[in-house]
Amino acid sequence: MTATTSPSERELLPRYRSLRRRRIFASLGTTLALCCAGLAAGVLLVILAYVVVQGARAINWNFLTQLPHPIGVPGGGVGNGILGTLIIIGLATAMAVPLGLLTGIYLALFGRGPIPEGLRFLSDVLSGVPSIAIGLFAYAVLVAPLKHFSAFSASFAFMMLMLPLLVRTSEQAIRSVPQTVREGALALGMSNFRATMYIVLPTAMPAIITALLLAIARVVGETAPLLFTAFGSQFWQANPNQPMAVLALQVFTYAISPYPEWQTQAWGGALLLILAVLILSLGARLMLRRATRDLEA
Amino acid sequence: MTAAMAALAESVLAADDLSAYYGSNKAVGNVTIGFRRKAVTALIGPSGCGKTTMLRCLNRIHEVAFDAQVEGRVLLDGQDIYAAGIDPMSIRRRIGMVFQRPNPFPTLSILDNTLACAGRGVGRREKLEVAERALRSAALWDEVKDKLKTSPLRLSGGQQQRLCIARAVAAQPDVLLMDEPTASLDPIATAVIEELMSSLTEEFTIVAVTHNMQQAARVSDCTAFMLADETGVGRLIEVDETAKLFTKPSDRRTEDYITGRFG
Repeated sequence: MTATTSPSERELLPRYRSLRRRRIFASLGTTLALCCAGLAAGVLLVILAYVVVQGARAINWNFLTQLPHPIGVPGGGVGNGILGTLIIIGLATAMAVPLGLLTGIYLALFGRGPIPEGLRFLSDVLSGVPSIAIGLFAYAVLVAPLKHFSAFSASFAFMMLMLPLLVRTSEQAIRSVPQTVREGALALGMSNFRATMYIVLPTAMPAIITALLLAIARVVGETAPLLFTAFGSQFWQANPNQPMAVLALQVFTYAISPYPEWQTQAWGGALLLILAVLILSLGARLMLRRATRDLEA
Repeated sequence: MTAAMAALAESVLAADDLSAYYGSNKAVGNVTIGFRRKAVTALIGPSGCGKTTMLRCLNRIHEVAFDAQVEGRVLLDGQDIYAAGIDPMSIRRRIGMVFQRPNPFPTLSILDNTLACAGRGVGRREKLEVAERALRSAALWDEVKDKLKTSPLRLSGGQQQRLCIARAVAAQPDVLLMDEPTASLDPIATAVIEELMSSLTEEFTIVAVTHNMQQAARVSDCTAFMLADETGVGRLIEVDETAKLFTKPSDRRTEDYITGRFG
């Protein structure tokens, strides 16, 4: 058969060969990309599985609801740490949301000129500052002058961590609302303020809530700024003006302790933190799906 | 010129030596035109001739864009809407606008869309009456009366556009501006909107931008032809009764355009 190759087929041969080479390269590239993706996901899954296996042993009702026991006394839990985490993050959210949202609105609506550009730059810088430096700042302005550790100073540090994320994402969310929707509101004779609050903001809300959930997820496991702000406590404490137990801090303390019981409890705490992040991320994804669906329709 | 000034004085809405800019870029130059009460005036012209910008100057929505500027006067019942101390919001309540793409408010129900800027501070029953009247005049009531509380995003494009018309009508303006209201619609939905435009002139003065000369010929009483000059500035070439402009245009360039020699 090869002997009777027609001229036209012979002309086609080199092209065919290069096409085959391309196919091989393409499949190689795809395989490589798949392998990398698998590796990344695999590492994550191994970490997750390890934490689940190690942590599941520690988790029971007492672990979730009781105070830590002294060394040598079996049992005990991280109930005060869970409560402290909720209080500190709640306070941080209450401070960060109005500030971040209003700044985001300002940037989205009056986003040109040196002042908005400066704000954007500052917020980008703030998002890159190591959390321990932010904790140090909170210590310098809220702990040192008052001469005692407090949950509030930890909330303040968390607020600073959440703020840049909230500012930039709420700006983006508001910007992604089509200009025609805003103009439609203005063309009806609505004021700029009313058009923003009544029409634009609700349209952007799912995306903003997504950003908030991700911001909370970011600070849930944050430990460094807590070392010299919330400080930790062995007792039930709901007063934000006092040192307070925090879950992430308890994980840290227990993990570096030499006692096997505490180490087990550290894994339990870590599992709780991962579960919290998982739930927040899932919620964020759901909200985001809603947001994109609304805008596409 | 005196005849033109007299026409301006009679018009419910008129532009007097109106120019519009984006930054230093002049998009519309020195347009003087009057719009006849309770009639449809069509603005036609090729892409980029400034007809949409011109329309957007008439309800002061042009200035919403960054670095947009306006010179000249726009007279609403003889009063300059660009005069000092005039609130653009009060102008936009009297001059409604319908956009090229339907833009219902995505988070509000059909009912709340209709009432977005109407019937504030009145009772529930009255609100429903206002909404029904507006939706009826937009020929949408029968299609949505059973789903007033649902999202407008479930409606078809043509229905959404009629909802936007209802929304504008509910504010009881004097003038309705329409920026290519059928550009994103299929022929059937387009026919519905065109029919609607004719019936709306019983109450409103309509100024409509259109790309489509057949549409201008079908729906309008007067037609204005705009064209960008060699420096890219949109100019008004001529304005006349639609029947006359399409049969015996007085300007050579109008004739070239409507006979399809360019654009």
